Amino acid sequence: MSRDRLIRWVAKPIVWGVALLPAAFMAWAALNGRLGADPLKEITHETGDWTLRFIVITIAISPVRRLSGWNSLIKFRRLCGLFAFFYGTLHFLIYVIADRFAGLEFRDGIWALSTARELARSIWDDIYKRPYITVGFTGFAAMIPLAVTSTAEWIRRLGGRNWNRLHRLVYLTAVAGVVHYWWLVKADIRHPAVYAALVALLLGFRLVQSVKRARVQRQLLQARA
Amino acid sequence: MLVKKAPDIRSSEITDKRLYLRRREFIQGAAVAAVGAAAGGLVPAAEAAPSWPRVKIPNVQQAQPAFTTTEKPNSYQDITTYNNFYEFGTEKEDPSNNAGPLKTKPWTVKVDGLVNKPADYQLEDLIKPYALEERVYRHRCVEAWSLVIPWVGFPLASLLKTADPKSTAKFVELTTLYNPQQMPGQRTSVLRWPYVEGLRLDEAMHPLTILAVGLYGEYLPNQDGAPLRLVVPWKYGFKGAKSIVRIRLTDRQPLNTWQLSAPSEYGFYSNVNPSVDHPRWSQARERRIGEFFKRPTLMFNGYGDQVASLYTGLDLKKNY
Repeated sequence: MSRDRLIRWVAKPIVWGVALLPAAFMAWAALNGRLGADPLKEITHETGDWTLRFIVITIAISPVRRLSGWNSLIKFRRLCGLFAFFYGTLHFLIYVIADRFAGLEFRDGIWALSTARELARSIWDDIYKRPYITVGFTGFAAMIPLAVTSTAEWIRRLGGRNWNRLHRLVYLTAVAGVVHYWWLVKADIRHPAVYAALVALLLGFRLVQSVKRARVQRQLLQARA
Repeated sequence: MLVKKAPDIRSSEITDKRLYLRRREFIQGAAVAAVGAAAGGLVPAAEAAPSWPRVKIPNVQQAQPAFTTTEKPNSYQDITTYNNFYEFGTEKEDPSNNAGPLKTKPWTVKVDGLVNKPADYQLEDLIKPYALEERVYRHRCVEAWSLVIPWVGFPLASLLKTADPKSTAKFVELTTLYNPQQMPGQRTSVLRWPYVEGLRLDEAMHPLTILAVGLYGEYLPNQDGAPLRLVVPWKYGFKGAKSIVRIRLTDRQPLNTWQLSAPSEYGFYSNVNPSVDHPRWSQARERRIGEFFKRPTLMFNGYGDQVASLYTGLDLKKNY
């Protein structure tokens, strides 16, 4: 089997399967009452954690590829990014249901039209009022255009250069995700600190790279002149 | 001041069936397989029995109706596996996993400060003079979840009367054990150790304020604050210092640990108050563990009739 076919028919399905394991485990644990005394909080935290993990993996791919010379890695970047979006969407939906919907007053009963209005207002108020929700939602919203334009068709339509520019939004998502986590813990910042360090490292690597690139370009220009 | 009446039991307060099954599953190891199969999967028996000893407390009396709620208590499993006790880790399941090795015998409690009869008590001697009673209290965490817990204990006022506070005593300060060998969380700097909490003397003397030694008729498991902890049901849960080794009367307001950690978020009073939000989240509603829909949080956690008069003239927005 050729290298490309190996990636397409073996490696990618394996990555798919592995990336779905956390969701499968959560579903199993939820159905079996294994999420502790407050399963809704547990599953909210778990999906949030996995979103951040996949964001970190996604933005680690280019630096690791550059440092190791393992070029095939790039073929897994979109997959990882889409799984970050998948877990982020689960995280957001669980927040909407378990935190917002469950906290409504239901003045006209649950199945009333006013419930939808109340829910929308409750979500909006929360995003507006609570800084950690504001940044969290910003990070999630920034992933939506990236997920939409993740197809080859969209790369063609936008052109590689614009597509690359747009997809730098993932840096915003990464930073917002870390801040969101940092601002919601009560006193134990160790976990968010680990993500903060990883994201800083990975974004720092890009910064150094782009400074180097700019310098080389300048030297080339000067050499020409 | 907003004072709501203590509510009657509501049908929504009855533990739902799924939780009820989980309780049985917990008590009867044999039921695990059946319940698991019914739920559509295999449940390993590992979680069936608690790893800590369960010892009944003799001669527990019933509290007067005014001091106990008729609400349905949460399951023993919920109360003993969903804990905030940072001395054993910051995740809810950490205390039940890590608190086992804590040695609570022998245990000495120092009562000192502005009292006429300071003493170092052995725990048994400290408890002996007082009748232990069961008090079912609502427990509201500052994180917006709640439990109903059948505590066993005695009024802190009884102990304070024995110690005989001097007239200059205005506050009570309670300190948790400091022992990083036995309390792994204390090897981190998540909070400043040892954990300190405090009450105004009149709050400490209030008949609802108890020192608990047990729950569900049994001695406290370590993760719930064994062997001796404070319970103040109208305040957020963190006011309830656990594994207490010192009770000191002072003339100055104690600086409690969470206030020291984040003064803009946690104050000295920490009365349950739905109209004063935590800076980062709302306190208007709470999730009773085991329920899906959140319920409205009650002023003073529903104990307003008994305690609101303590705070007449105090601005509760400023004194959060």
